[in-house]
Amino acid sequence: MKTYDIIIIGGGPAGLSAAVCAKKSGTDSILILERDKELGGILNQCIHNGFGLHTFKEELTGPEYAERFIEQVKELRIEYKLHTMVMDISSDKVVTAMNSTDGLFELKAGAIILAMGCRERSRGALNIPGYRPAGIFSAGTAQRLVNMEGCLPGRKVVILGSGDIGLIMARRMTLEGAQVQVVAELMPYSGGLKRNIVQCLDDYGIPLKLSHTVVDIRGKERVEGITLAQVDEKGRPIPGTEEAYECDTLLLSVGLIPENELSSGMGVELSRVTSGPVVNESLETNIEGVFACGNVLHVHDLVDFVSEEAAAAGRNAARYVQTAGMRQAAGCTVEIRAVDGVRYTVPSRINVERMEDIQTLRFRVGGVYKNCFVSVYLDEERILHRKRPVMAPGEMEEVKLKREELLQYPDLQTITVKLEEV
Amino acid sequence: MYDVIIIGAGVSGCATARELSRYRLRICVLEKAEDVCCGTSKANSAIVHAGYDAPVGSLMAKLNVEGNQMMERLSKELDFAFRRIGSLVVCRDEEERPSLQALYERGIANGVEGLRIVEKEELRRMEPNISEDAVAALHASTAGIVCPFGMNIAFAENAAANGVEFRFDTEVQGIRKKERGWLIETDQGQYEAKCVVNAAGVFADTIHNMVSEQKIKITPRRGDYCLLDKSAGAHVSRVIFALPGKYGKGVLVTPTVHGNLLVGPTAIDTEDKEGVNTTRAGLDQVLRKAGENVKDLPMRSVITSFAGLRAHEEHHEFMIGEVEGADGFVDCAGIESPGLTASPAIGVMVAGIVREILQPEENPQFVGTRKGILNPQELSREERMRLLAEKPAYGNIICRCEMVTEGEIVDAIRRPLGARSLDGVKRRTRAGMGRCQAGFCSPRVMEILARECGKTIGEITKAGGASKIVVGVNKDAL
Repeated sequence: MKTYDIIIIGGGPAGLSAAVCAKKSGTDSILILERDKELGGILNQCIHNGFGLHTFKEELTGPEYAERFIEQVKELRIEYKLHTMVMDISSDKVVTAMNSTDGLFELKAGAIILAMGCRERSRGALNIPGYRPAGIFSAGTAQRLVNMEGCLPGRKVVILGSGDIGLIMARRMTLEGAQVQVVAELMPYSGGLKRNIVQCLDDYGIPLKLSHTVVDIRGKERVEGITLAQVDEKGRPIPGTEEAYECDTLLLSVGLIPENELSSGMGVELSRVTSGPVVNESLETNIEGVFACGNVLHVHDLVDFVSEEAAAAGRNAARYVQTAGMRQAAGCTVEIRAVDGVRYTVPSRINVERMEDIQTLRFRVGGVYKNCFVSVYLDEERILHRKRPVMAPGEMEEVKLKREELLQYPDLQTITVKLEEV
Repeated sequence: MYDVIIIGAGVSGCATARELSRYRLRICVLEKAEDVCCGTSKANSAIVHAGYDAPVGSLMAKLNVEGNQMMERLSKELDFAFRRIGSLVVCRDEEERPSLQALYERGIANGVEGLRIVEKEELRRMEPNISEDAVAALHASTAGIVCPFGMNIAFAENAAANGVEFRFDTEVQGIRKKERGWLIETDQGQYEAKCVVNAAGVFADTIHNMVSEQKIKITPRRGDYCLLDKSAGAHVSRVIFALPGKYGKGVLVTPTVHGNLLVGPTAIDTEDKEGVNTTRAGLDQVLRKAGENVKDLPMRSVITSFAGLRAHEEHHEFMIGEVEGADGFVDCAGIESPGLTASPAIGVMVAGIVREILQPEENPQFVGTRKGILNPQELSREERMRLLAEKPAYGNIICRCEMVTEGEIVDAIRRPLGARSLDGVKRRTRAGMGRCQAGFCSPRVMEILARECGKTIGEITKAGGASKIVVGVNKDAL
């Protein structure tokens, strides 16, 4: 069986960045397995700009952003296989994969980096009643049809969900000649980035209806119309608020789900909040030598942060294989509690001995908070108290922990991240 | 002039077509949809009932038990998925025990084998997720689950292989008695046949009433269902029914042959024979009632919901026979549950009636077996390696949720009565039936359909007719 030091599952933004960083960290034997016909993942269909503001200090399109990393992968002579589906990963890191040239084959890895990304939540998961005609698309599927195939999925469009892909598609469909009538959002706030609401809806006069959902889909063959209704604070439609729309298309941008079927198959522990693996400071899962990064770990808003996170995973995986057999369980692991408005943190546990000098904790909040403080407590002592004018579930937040500071608390039991009003 | 025209390519029509293809007859099946299995046959509980439900002495009871007995052999001959997993009718109230006993006795009277009442303790051991309230259950070891598409398509393909013709997108608009036989007017022209079989499902009354003064009425009875992800597929290991009682009829919870979990249906009478829309009230009812007999159902794992229409006739009995005053016109109407289970026996019975009328010779070339679409996941590793070496398309995964390869999709399109739409591919291969509900694979399946059928992407439909997936090209209206 062929062996690699590191096998990376997925050649999207996370996998590419992890590969580049692992290679630069001194590990040579790396293989990326990608199921599509080219590297770059979902970035290839994201032809709008706005990528790379943090990483490259310029505005790139999705394919351009991907190209920066693909070039590095090629320059560094990192091996990759396209058109290759990973069928199974065993807990002892044997990867079973398949493609039409090599057939079914097995590879052994010293370390594995999970970078499979996420998928879109479908209509079925929301239990939207009505007919099941043609013309109902997830926003990402519509994006692929428009941007990759040049096909227009519909002419009169209603969008449910204000996730970023939905907002981007509201603008794209408008530019391609469709009429986008309304974007409805179940929650009382948008699930997307503020800048996307301004640039994709406001600039084109597309209304955003918060606290609304689709309660009926009409049309036996092709969508002929939908009904929106206002919802109460529990998300239940309020009778009497129904409003009928004529349309031939319903786009859904109602959430992304980390794609962890392979992870759970190999025994990786998943978080109920993020649906991604539970990881420590090294972005390592409960299985030693198995790391996770990008949208398979938790759904990101900005690819820049995916690249940054994946670079850390690549660096840590390289260190893992280079120090194989020499690892010692130095220090103890501290759990991070996410409470009072903080839904989760990634990582959710930290070994202070092993953490890098600066450790980024990424998290999301559970509602819209204005003029609140993000606080970090080491046991009872507050070490960080930062005021934020606005925080919303659609925008990922972060705090940074300093190793030097944490080392001053040798008996540390728990780190708590929470929101406070004062 | 055909010898036999069968109206409807659902499971009854196709089972009949296959049985009749044993004889030297010119047979044609007329179907208004673009594919077989587009009505009641595609949206139901996919259960092979044991046969204790139908009234003693009814045709329904007889054909149910016969169909059940035929299922195992037929599934092997025609290569469709069937698993005899058994069923449990759960009683949650000591007061209702007499109803459970009555069900058991009716089953015995109907000739159902393998029936027994299991008590609380044993029931828990059998099904750890059964409701805490359960006091006893009727266990029917002969009950099972089947792939409804697989069975319907298998009947149709085998019939086609034995010479039966199929006309899709052909809607019957009128039927007139001729001197010899019948003239059938459709939106695609006229057809003549000596004998007509009415297997039109929820439209069987419309067809029947074209030839008979004894009017019948079929009421579409809608059932809403929710389908759960495969991660929930092992939540129960048998078909779990509720004992009909003071809480109403309840909904069933069952694994499917593909490893998902299915819950439903509701029962709502409607007037619209194409009204397969789910409703909020219906879905809420399914979710609420499903939890009555099975605890801890992971309702977060619902991946889709759908509705089907049962062809309910007011006497709740299969109406199978030559129509009085309409010689050579044979009804196969009122085929509601347990119609899917009974379909193999319905096919034999209807074919028997036609045989009496036409007295045909046997078809010496009849081949009673058929191979389904090769599923590489069912092969051993070595077999799969050999297949991949020979046919690389089986190494190209198109639907990643269900791991369906290009090889299977191409097979589904190229075989006789092959798929022509996304739904046609889905019913034959499961591509698009998984947890992402075709989000990922639909553009790829569209490409393969376009390539194989010599069409453009713009011509590809979800399910024929006006169900085009894309409506134009970018900026064509600007």
